Amino acid sequence: MNADKRRANATPAHRILQAGDQALVVEFGDAIDARLNRLVQALDRRVGKAAIEGVIECVPTYRSLMIVYDPLSIGSAALRRRVEKLVPTSAEAEAPSRRWTIPVAYGGALGLDLEDVARAHGLSGDEVIALHSGAEYRVYMIGFSPGLAYLGGLPEPLHTPRRTSPRLRVPASSVAIGGIQAAVFSVEIPSGWHLLGRTPERLFDLRRTQPFLLGAGDRVLFRPISAAEYDRLAALTERGEVVAECEAGA
Amino acid sequence: MKPAPAHAVLRVINPGALATLQDRGRMGYQRYGVPQSGAIDTLTFAVACMLVGNELDEAAIEFTLTGGSYVLESGRCRAAVAGAFAVALNGTTVPSYRAFDLRAGDMLRIGSSPVGHGGARGYLAVAGGFDVAPVLGSRSTHVRSGIGGLDGAALRKDARLRLRTPQAQSGPPLALDPRLARHDPGPIRVLPGPQDDAFAAAGWEVFLGESWRMSPHSDRMGMRLEGARVPHKSDYNIVSDGVPHGAVQVPGDGQPIVMLADRQSTGGYPKIATVISADLPRLGQFRPGDALRFARVAIDEAETAARELAARIELLRSALRPAGILV
Repeated sequence: MNADKRRANATPAHRILQAGDQALVVEFGDAIDARLNRLVQALDRRVGKAAIEGVIECVPTYRSLMIVYDPLSIGSAALRRRVEKLVPTSAEAEAPSRRWTIPVAYGGALGLDLEDVARAHGLSGDEVIALHSGAEYRVYMIGFSPGLAYLGGLPEPLHTPRRTSPRLRVPASSVAIGGIQAAVFSVEIPSGWHLLGRTPERLFDLRRTQPFLLGAGDRVLFRPISAAEYDRLAALTERGEVVAECEAGA
Repeated sequence: MKPAPAHAVLRVINPGALATLQDRGRMGYQRYGVPQSGAIDTLTFAVACMLVGNELDEAAIEFTLTGGSYVLESGRCRAAVAGAFAVALNGTTVPSYRAFDLRAGDMLRIGSSPVGHGGARGYLAVAGGFDVAPVLGSRSTHVRSGIGGLDGAALRKDARLRLRTPQAQSGPPLALDPRLARHDPGPIRVLPGPQDDAFAAAGWEVFLGESWRMSPHSDRMGMRLEGARVPHKSDYNIVSDGVPHGAVQVPGDGQPIVMLADRQSTGGYPKIATVISADLPRLGQFRPGDALRFARVAIDEAETAARELAARIELLRSALRPAGILV
């Protein structure tokens, strides 16, 4: 961990890795770290803007960018040369990102692990809620299932090892923590993360013109709501409405 | 004015082990966690499309191990099966790789692969394509996400598939000499990486030196292999990153998994190597218990092979003949 931190704070070194003949991976390090993640997202924007012929899509993750391409349109060597010129060399000014406020009903049947997490840290349930909803998070990546947002920024007092036995089914829209990370789940999945609550918001809804609520680089705040408010808002999202508030980046 | 022709509707009588609508896959949404999906054996899929005059981005039914049976409820249509499978139309054998016309009431039965032909996946295409709306730019089904295909699910008994009316006038049914569509034999070629450095020489020796058996627990997401144990250099967990098509990930038990079309967009196991694009279609025809080996190649060879596969598909198009000429 300390070694990772040191590397992250030094001038970023990067490696371009071959990932078959249809993808390159540009790797900035091997840690979960906000600075590395910002470099990934800066490169993602640059590659997107460069509109390189043959590039199909980019997949930004914690500490690397996967660039998927058509080998019939561009060769690995040519693409490497193009990408090498786009790699950010220092933490450049970050592009403005959206800031979301997501309502969450904590505890009870909607947050089965809230009390366990509180006990594990010698806190009360309300203190866990205050800590979790008092922080600003950053979407490190969307992955694993459609719309699932992995968030960095979980306050250290809430860092909690994952459950020893994963649950086979965790409901969509669960607000969860695992290790040093937080997440909002988008569809029902198996998971060993701790469930603190649930949002009436849907992170993935094909009926909307924007099916995915969050994107990598977005900032996220959580707002505690009552069970009654949860029911009221869930009725709106049931109809395809968005209830999370969004401020455009400044 | 002539009355509008009845819409052709194909009803599933029995979908076999697994039948899903697939096209070339869903591009551009992996950054949102949406798997690519698409036909696993894109070569055989392309042949099915060409046999009925469809573009290669049209969807076909991908079936697994056994084809199942279908009845045309109404209308008429031209169809074809690609893959080494026994096909019968109203009880009479029709060769695969040969288009035929269906009328209302006709029953199509697709059996399993003849012994020794090793077919694991086949494709049933209809001229004009299936009338399902694309989801996020593709008709491919991703069952786990409930996206695409018919209501986001695998085909079930009594599912009814509406067909679109073909744009072009159909000439005589086309056929292809099945020998031309066979996959090449030999080891599956891989490029090292992206996490080749997570494995020492001992790991590489096992991975390339041993023969692997395909596990029955394989699916469209991953082809699980059984055999010797590939040792990691140290840790077998990495910080999750993108999972490329054909990535060979090695979890803690040392048994490799080749990540196929339905793979999740990100994952946390090290990927020792990645299967080259030209050999991905071949993976679709392995059956549980089949043996395979890997061979390491360089990027130049992978890129040459990709161009050769594209050229081969164009060559197959020009090798299509009116069905009567082939016996």
